[in-house]
Amino acid sequence: MLNLDAKLPGGPIEEAWTNHKDQLRLVGPNNRPKYKVLVVGTGLAGASAAASMAAMGYQVESFCFQDSPRRAHSIAAQGGINASKNYRNDGDSTWRLFTDTQKGGDFRSRESNVYRLAELSTAIIDQCVSQGVPFAREYGGKLANRSFGGVLVERTFYCRGETGQQLLLGAYSAMQEQISQDRIKMHTRTEVLDFVVIDGQLRGLITRNLVTGEIKRHSADAVVLATGGYGNVFYLSTNAKGSNVSSLMRAYRRGAGFANPCFTQIHPTSIPASGDYQSKLTLMSESLRNDGRIWVPRDKDEKRSPKDIPETERYYYLEERYPRFGNLVPRDVAARNAKDVCDQGLGVGPTGYGVYLDFASAIKEKGAAAVKSKYSNLFEMYQRITDDDPVETPMRIYPAVHYTMGGLWVDYNLMTTIPGLYAAGESNFADHGANRLGASSLMQCLADGYFVVPVTIGDYLSRITPGEIGTEHDQFAKVENEVREQTSKLLSINGDRSTQSFHRELGKIMWEHCGISRTRESLEEGLEKIPKLREEFWNNVRVTGEGNHLNQSLEHAGRVADFFDFGELMCYDALTRDESCGCHLREEHQTPEGEAKRNDDDYAFVSVFEHKGAGEKPELNKEALEFEAFPLATRNYKS
Amino acid sequence: MRIKIHVWRQKSADDKGHMESHQLDGLTPDMSFLEMLDTLNEKLTAEGTEPVAFDHDCREGVCGSCSMVVNGEAHGPRSETTTCQLYMRSFDDGAEVFVEPFRAAAFPVVRDLVVDRSAFDRIIQAGGFISNHSGPKPEPNSIPIEPMVQEAALDAASCIGCGACVAACPNGSAMLFTSAKVSHLGMLPQGQTERFERVESMVNQMEAEGFGSCRNYAECEAQCPKGISIAFIGRMNADYLKSQLVKPDDTRGKMHAQ
Repeated sequence: MLNLDAKLPGGPIEEAWTNHKDQLRLVGPNNRPKYKVLVVGTGLAGASAAASMAAMGYQVESFCFQDSPRRAHSIAAQGGINASKNYRNDGDSTWRLFTDTQKGGDFRSRESNVYRLAELSTAIIDQCVSQGVPFAREYGGKLANRSFGGVLVERTFYCRGETGQQLLLGAYSAMQEQISQDRIKMHTRTEVLDFVVIDGQLRGLITRNLVTGEIKRHSADAVVLATGGYGNVFYLSTNAKGSNVSSLMRAYRRGAGFANPCFTQIHPTSIPASGDYQSKLTLMSESLRNDGRIWVPRDKDEKRSPKDIPETERYYYLEERYPRFGNLVPRDVAARNAKDVCDQGLGVGPTGYGVYLDFASAIKEKGAAAVKSKYSNLFEMYQRITDDDPVETPMRIYPAVHYTMGGLWVDYNLMTTIPGLYAAGESNFADHGANRLGASSLMQCLADGYFVVPVTIGDYLSRITPGEIGTEHDQFAKVENEVREQTSKLLSINGDRSTQSFHRELGKIMWEHCGISRTRESLEEGLEKIPKLREEFWNNVRVTGEGNHLNQSLEHAGRVADFFDFGELMCYDALTRDESCGCHLREEHQTPEGEAKRNDDDYAFVSVFEHKGAGEKPELNKEALEFEAFPLATRNYKS
Repeated sequence: MRIKIHVWRQKSADDKGHMESHQLDGLTPDMSFLEMLDTLNEKLTAEGTEPVAFDHDCREGVCGSCSMVVNGEAHGPRSETTTCQLYMRSFDDGAEVFVEPFRAAAFPVVRDLVVDRSAFDRIIQAGGFISNHSGPKPEPNSIPIEPMVQEAALDAASCIGCGACVAACPNGSAMLFTSAKVSHLGMLPQGQTERFERVESMVNQMEAEGFGSCRNYAECEAQCPKGISIAFIGRMNADYLKSQLVKPDDTRGKMHAQ
């Protein structure tokens, strides 16, 4: 049984975070350098947390598997970042951002965390501008906003289509400042392979240097995991190739509860796969839906080029089905509708799994130059990949796995069920419920990293003696040994199949059985297939080379091994959550229009899984969700 | 389609390294260049030899990981395109394709096509930031920024730090990379306080890392996947000169009351 005391603040929600902060214990400036905090991952959450804590005076060490912290996958976020500045005077407020996020998450997130996120949103913009993030400006030099899927106000700040890049470079440069002051020690090309928990507290971790193969122990007073999402369990996703679930799974095996693993956002607008060799999917920011109209031909046997199909023979299915929001319906609704029309045989492109996103109306209204300048790098990216110019011919898009709302369970302080282990950004579960609003992931990463973890971590640290346990402790030796054994095991199997082929096959199982919509049968079947494939993996995988040099197959093998265990956990979660909510659609529970039908009486809780040992069924723990400030309501995007 | 690929193999920084040739069949024009390398690696693994190591991550042209020279050009033949966004339709059926790592004294080879670009991080550490703490900050609209200035700063900030500029330059110069960061921060009002100290320190670090000097070949701009303009180099040189001329005396602790 896990201890799921979320340490929720009492009192009115508007004052909860301030009051909570005022009650937290602090570590004084003289004592901060005595505490060592390790941060795993250098994306927006990790880089901002590391830079903020180092600037406060803590001894920080950072780890990333890439060659530079600037390459973390936050860099690829395109569209923007929300903040309730209300610059457009269109009625936005902290309250509205809070309720939009709650509704978007379909009431499966923790109310107090979401309110805090909305409350911190404006400070993030201030922080980023002060770092030199060049957000888009209007003619008068004031910050510009755009609207983003599923909301009725314009609150999204952006840098062309490269917002993630600019925000990450801001956090990265803040980190580099701290590195130059010797306050952060940076370990690049280093992968965290396991965690050392002693008497129930996190005391350190074990890493592998990816260039030399050196396995090393690191002691710590606290560890912050900011390792991102696990969409690559599907093999094809919009995630970077290196994105993985290994740190989370290894923490899970050491006692961290895993919350809502099955909540996966399928993004409606990515470029469709063109063949079996496809290695990843590329997202087209959904901001494109502001100016693009989505349609398919009404006729299944349509062979004409899209430009030659007259208006009357086009099926603008989102506009017809959801007249109020039209092409701006939430992501899950857009994704399921795309799958739906393709399953009906109306899809376009070589595979039949694609729909048109057409800019012709916007171009007619605003001119090609205006539309092009708004989306310049997205249009270029699309043309480079497909050889088609979106100004001339409609884009083809299809849903792709994009973001994972689940992650390690954390309390209000962002601490996992292992004292001393924190999780920030996409790797925790708290803020997005069963679905995430567009332009909210960057916001959450930076809220966690700049403003939450640096404050809450002091409360834990102030209660422990710094450097109490060193790497000479027996538990370090034991965990290090286990890491070495797994590495040698992977190198010694010498079977017939590559790590890629296993990963691809696992991805197909996940997409088929735990993808855009799920049923009891499909999940049960998935739960039979995964262990079989995993067994084959452990007997038949081929990893060439040795462990003492840069060996990308070995790295991949370790990650795929974790994806197997994780995929199983994900199907199990989807099976036990016998309701639909947000992006989790159980076909047994849907409205006649095919929308998710929640069951608040039985499922208004967070599913938190507890590891019970290899081969054992995980134990399902529940954190009940209370909705006091903003009562439960059924989402309705139709009227 | 089919190609003959000649790819650089090198076990470690100390190894001499050599080109290795393979015939690849069954490719398609819609395959990305890295998917072609994946196919090669699957073939090598099946044959029981070690796959070619190469850096890659986002595969959508923004993380800056990929670092190879294709047929003599950094990131290959398409302008303003990273290797991961290069598609096989850019090559003729039956073509010979040569793949090497980014080459520069300051970018030692780690293995095969993987190079060590940590020198770039150290240049940023020398001053590529606006000194800051996390916490309350002024309301951003209280400091308006002309959209043209903001756009130009964003042009510079779009640099992905891949190092193609260095690989493209006959002198292995990192002026384009360094000037992009110097210009991004130096054009914005928030970056003014440290503007001259920054440019001096970053240029010094760039030289200490062993990057060559700029001789206006402009190959860096031509091969930059983000199309960063060499105008930023001119801007950096101007700022560097000013930093030498206007440098204020540091009088802290040297002023005495009369």
